[in-house]
Amino acid sequence: MSFLNYLVSGLSLGSVYAIIALGYTMVYGIAKMLNFAHGDVIMVGAYICFFAFTRYGLNPFLSVVLAMLVCTCLGIVIEKLAYKPLRAAPSLAVLITAIGVSYLLQNLALLFWSSNPKVFNPIIPNKSINIGGLTVSYITILAIVVCVAIMIVLTTFINKTKLGKAMRAVSEDKGAAQLMGIDVNTTISVTFAIGSGLAAIAGVLLCSAYPNLTPTTGSMPGIKAFTAAVFGGIGSIPGAFLGGLLLGIIENLAKAYISTQISDAIVFGVLIIVLLVKPAGLLGKPTREKV
Amino acid sequence: MAQILKVNDINVYYGSIHAIKGISFEVNEGEIVTLIGANGAGKSTTLNTISGLLRSKTGSIEFFGESLAKVAPHKIVERGLVMVPEGRRIFTQMTVEENLEMGAYSQPNSGIKASLEEVYELFPRLKERRTQIGGTLSGGEQQMLAMGRALMAKPKLIMLDEPSMGLAPILVDHIFDIIKSLHENGATILLVEQNAQAALSVADRAYVLETGKVVMSGTGKELLASDQIKKAYLGA
Repeated sequence: MSFLNYLVSGLSLGSVYAIIALGYTMVYGIAKMLNFAHGDVIMVGAYICFFAFTRYGLNPFLSVVLAMLVCTCLGIVIEKLAYKPLRAAPSLAVLITAIGVSYLLQNLALLFWSSNPKVFNPIIPNKSINIGGLTVSYITILAIVVCVAIMIVLTTFINKTKLGKAMRAVSEDKGAAQLMGIDVNTTISVTFAIGSGLAAIAGVLLCSAYPNLTPTTGSMPGIKAFTAAVFGGIGSIPGAFLGGLLLGIIENLAKAYISTQISDAIVFGVLIIVLLVKPAGLLGKPTREKV
Repeated sequence: MAQILKVNDINVYYGSIHAIKGISFEVNEGEIVTLIGANGAGKSTTLNTISGLLRSKTGSIEFFGESLAKVAPHKIVERGLVMVPEGRRIFTQMTVEENLEMGAYSQPNSGIKASLEEVYELFPRLKERRTQIGGTLSGGEQQMLAMGRALMAKPKLIMLDEPSMGLAPILVDHIFDIIKSLHENGATILLVEQNAQAALSVADRAYVLETGKVVMSGTGKELLASDQIKKAYLGA
């Protein structure tokens, strides 16, 4: 395989990280919490899609939509039951709760779906095309296209719509946002809904590329995507995209040219170096305020 | 004159600290009412309680005769009771115009354009800077933006918390000119200020707060003339 091949497949993996990282970064930006259960929502999304599509032969597109719906509801329910009661609690309590929710989801999955790996059928044909001498699989292209589409839609939503602007207002100053008549609780619910819906898409893309589905499938990509969000500057939406893409590329190139075994160590090593130089992450530079 | 806001015997606590000890007052339609007092007298706490950000353990707050005790802060704004918070708290990473749009969040989209024009007429400076990021404005401009943003919600009562704080004297005069012109156009205003001189000279009525209690009240003129007030707040 050529360098370009590794680069493209890294970009594809990075696209999946970016979609997951968005969930982390949006929730952090608005609720100021790290939702460590986010990775497990990916896993739930993948299972729903697996049962709908592989088991019951539902149309692949409908299966993805179903997975998104289920994850969106799951995200809202998790927020209402686990995080909302802790709105005024110290952030450590919320963090521990998130870790608890993560284990809860994994164990529920273990209970319902067992630890036997499920073989996930890719939602699109497992074929490749040749673009100017470069062989690229459909799923690689799909991941990149979906990621770019999500980026465009989400950026437009955040910058142009009333609700999107309200989300930015809440992320900056909850109290002031309330004084504008913005319902902070609804805004937070919407954020969880969007993040979890995106997690379902990421789960499907991930399992289409790596078809081995178990109750812990979401953990490692979740942690990588969290790293990507911090890498790009947590709270920043363009940062999550950039961080995700870079992380995927670095990981793939490290696997190809250095060592498969230590590729994760290299990824996290790069993160440490970036944070030493830019503690707020690549794009996490708050506008300086005149007083 | 119709009574718009009636605050009756509110008590507010921060943990075990009893910050507001049975304050009562009212605001009538078209009035400027001011609460003056030193740091820690409970002025901002009172406004935050009326806005629903804090809750009173006793008593009642009625807006147009309806209790606000169980109304969420964002619903209070929808009813037309709007606060400009202390320290302005504009959205520093959003543009001037986006800040104003946020002010109109409770309003139907159709009226936003007209409201924007009204605010820009009152604050031409904001129109010049409409695409600028809020955080890059000067202190005076930020105060104008905070007031403009509140006006976007078409308030029936506007509460201003220390609008002159941290501003140069010439800007303080400008802000108070705007308060006067809002008043002339029929706005009802509840003003909290440490700058007692300026506040009393525009106010119809005033209440003096000390350590969580109302210790004096009267018309703006009466209090300006009072020896006690002169000694304590006006440095005479």
